[in-house]
Amino acid sequence: MPEDKNRFSPKIAAFCCFHSAYLAADSAGAMRKSYSDGVYIIRVPCAGKVEGLHILQAFEKGADGVLILACPQESCHYISGNIRAKKRVDYILRFLEEIGIEPERLKLFNLASNQAPRFVQVVNEMAERIKDLGPSPIKAGVIGR
Amino acid sequence: MIIGERKSLEEIRKMIGGYKKVLVAGCGTCVTVCFAGGEKEVATLSSALRMAAKKEGHGLEISETTIERQCDMEFIEELREKVGQVEAVLSMGCGAGVQTIAETFSEIPVYPALNTKFIGRTEEQGVWTERCAACGDCILHVTGGICPIARCSKSLLNGPCGGSKDGKCEINPDVACAWQLIYDRLKALGQLDKLEEIIPIKDWSLSRDGGPRKLIREDVRL
Repeated sequence: MPEDKNRFSPKIAAFCCFHSAYLAADSAGAMRKSYSDGVYIIRVPCAGKVEGLHILQAFEKGADGVLILACPQESCHYISGNIRAKKRVDYILRFLEEIGIEPERLKLFNLASNQAPRFVQVVNEMAERIKDLGPSPIKAGVIGR
Repeated sequence: MIIGERKSLEEIRKMIGGYKKVLVAGCGTCVTVCFAGGEKEVATLSSALRMAAKKEGHGLEISETTIERQCDMEFIEELREKVGQVEAVLSMGCGAGVQTIAETFSEIPVYPALNTKFIGRTEEQGVWTERCAACGDCILHVTGGICPIARCSKSLLNGPCGGSKDGKCEINPDVACAWQLIYDRLKALGQLDKLEEIIPIKDWSLSRDGGPRKLIREDVRL
C-alpha cells in the first residue's frame, strides 16, 4: 500500500565520522536542536571506513537515503579517508544507477565537529529531498537502531 | 595474477533472469586481490541483485559463498552442498573458475559475473597492468625482464616499430613502448649487446595457435 507522502518519514542512514560529523551531531543534541526523526546515526572511525557494501546494505535493509558525513577537505584525521569516501560514493552511485535507485538518495557532505547547525541543515535538507522522491524503490523492512 | 572485472549488473541480470534461487560464488585467490570477485564483492553483488529483483517485484533468493580457489578441485567440492540447493550458480571467479564449477557440477547452469581481463600485476591499489600473455615460450631472459609479447602492442621481437615516440606507444600516450623499456633496462644492466642477438621467429604453436594447452607432470601426479 503506497505511503501517504505527507506522512512519509524518510529513514536516512547517516554514516558519521567520529572526528567531525558525529561530534557535530552530538553538539546538535546538546544544543537541543531538532532534526528529522528518521535519521539513524552510525558512528564510524572515519568516513573512509564506509565501504560500498555498507551503503548497499543500508538501502537493502530499508533506508530511503544514505548520508556519508566526512571531515572537511584537508582535515581528515587519517590523511585521506574523506577523499577515499568520496571516490567510493562515486563508484556506488554508478551501482545504484544500475540497480535503479535514484542517485539523490546517496549524498556525501564534509563538515567539521563544531558545525552542529550545519549538521542539522544537511540532514534536514536530505530528509526534504527524500520526501520529494518518496520511499525507496527497494521496499524492505526497517533499519534497526 | 589473473585480473578480472565485474560485468554490468544488466548483463548479469539477463543471464540469471529466469532463476529464483542463485548461488553467488566468489574465489579467494586472484580475483580477491584485484577486488573483482572475493568475499566482499560477492556480498556487494548479491545485495545489488537482491535489490534490483525486489525493485521489479521478482523473488530472488541468493546464497553467498567464497572458496579459496575455484580452479582447484581440492576446494571446489566445498560448493557441492550449496550448489544442490539452487537453480544456478553465478561465479565471480575467472574463466578457469567458472569452467571448473561447470565441469564439476554438470547438472547445474553456471554463469560468469566477471570478464577475465589479463595476467598482470598491481601497479598501485586500483591499477593493474598486463605483464604476461602466457605465450608458452618465455624470452624474458633476453629482453631485460620486460615482455615484448605482452607489452608491445604488436608483440614485436626485435626492436620497436616506427610508432614509438618519446618512449610511448602510438596506440596511446599512456602506454610505454615496451622496446624503449627493454633498451633502457638493458642499458642500465650493461647488457645492450643482447640486442645484437636476433630473436628468431616465434613458435606460436606453444601459444594459443597450438590449440587448447595441457601440461602434464608425471613427477607430481598421484
